Amino acid sequence: MNPVTPPPVTEAELQAWVDGALAAERQADVAAYLAARPGEAQRLQAYRQQAVALRARFNPVLDEALPARLDAVTRPGWRLWRRRGGNGQPARYAAMLALTLSGLAAGWLLHGQAERAGWAKGALSGVTASAADAASDSAADGVAGMAPAAESDPAGLAHRAAVAYAVYSPEVRHPVEVGADQQEHLVAWLSKRLGAPLRPPQLQALGYELIGGRLLPGQSGPVAQFMYHDASGQRLTLYVSTEQRHKLDSGFRYAQEGQVNVFYWIDGKFGYALSAAIGKPALGKIADAVYAQLEPAS
Amino acid sequence: MHEDSARLIACLPRLRRYARALLGDRDRADDLVQDTVERGWDRLASWRRDGDMRAWLFGIMHNLHVDQLRRPAVATVALDDEAAPLPPQSEPSTPHRDGLELRDMATALQLLPAEQREVLLLVALEEMSYDEVAATLHIPRGTVMSRLSRGRERLRLLMLGQPVAAALKVVK
Repeated sequence: MNPVTPPPVTEAELQAWVDGALAAERQADVAAYLAARPGEAQRLQAYRQQAVALRARFNPVLDEALPARLDAVTRPGWRLWRRRGGNGQPARYAAMLALTLSGLAAGWLLHGQAERAGWAKGALSGVTASAADAASDSAADGVAGMAPAAESDPAGLAHRAAVAYAVYSPEVRHPVEVGADQQEHLVAWLSKRLGAPLRPPQLQALGYELIGGRLLPGQSGPVAQFMYHDASGQRLTLYVSTEQRHKLDSGFRYAQEGQVNVFYWIDGKFGYALSAAIGKPALGKIADAVYAQLEPAS
Repeated sequence: MHEDSARLIACLPRLRRYARALLGDRDRADDLVQDTVERGWDRLASWRRDGDMRAWLFGIMHNLHVDQLRRPAVATVALDDEAAPLPPQSEPSTPHRDGLELRDMATALQLLPAEQREVLLLVALEEMSYDEVAATLHIPRGTVMSRLSRGRERLRLLMLGQPVAAALKVVK
């Protein structure tokens, strides 16, 4: 009430002064306080400069394009995907990639170009180099000493998928065990071995055609690998595991192994990993398409 | 509901900016944003229409971040993160290394205790009011002020390349 003896300036008021949030009636008191204390004034100016520097440093993030996995969570269909499994809803046929294979023409099993073998060598060496760094759970380690807990780690899924990609995608004569020309057999066989209805998604709209598939050893049982290629011979693989013990659902995750980019996600017991030596945005678009085909037909 | 979704999506760039500053690493920051948005979708129905969507989402992100700090390792990490050494996260007990010049803001930020970094970023970068910060982080306003004060001073000294006394005591 009595303006003659203003209350002492507090640290909180000084902070408010920095932020322009100081009450109007205290402006004069704080100004007088700072005028008498150059060191304090300097300190508070430094705080203001911090804010300026912070915004200069991080505001560019506001304008960055969203990465594919974040872009994906803004799609309306994404909610359906996430909601399933939340509250005792019957698990939909997660691996039933809801499409028919009838549209797939037979006999497109092209034989790879020589240059593909060249880059793939590089890709593989990248994988093995990072595998050496990884603590455990690489496919290479898996042969010698199984890492029992590894299957609960979705990153292990991505790693094994990347290794499998690097191993099989450069194959000229035997990229797959069963070609797309034997679709029914392929589907029946892999479904039977994995113990779940399994169908490869259609990616023709994105320029990728199914070459075929193969069965691979996973961490504790069989996994399936579907391979696709585009007109240029660029290959990508979809790795499907039914070994996810924790049955967590995850959104898109991304990993990079050497030249191989991997988008992977967990859906119940199913783990999916899409691998290719193509750019992250392009691969993300394809991952979206695969994702979309996992939507329940309802 | 559509309007709510649009609001949530509109918050994405700011969530990314904050997460980037908070964690330093782009992929880990986007992981946190992704988890935040996923949880946000799941709980959108429970969001109060009259509430502040931004504060609500930042609150979710805060809770997820705190969960991460409590856990030694996140359940899902990108492979390239596994090979890399853990970035200096919240390390209140690590003293400043003598002679190390820390003029880079992003690097210096990572040397602040996480709870100071959060408050400082919400105020200085996100330009929230103190009351909004208090509501977002579920802490009293007085705690906001003390963390802000300590965080700013610590950051100032780090940017000057001066030794900073280790914050041995976690603020409240």
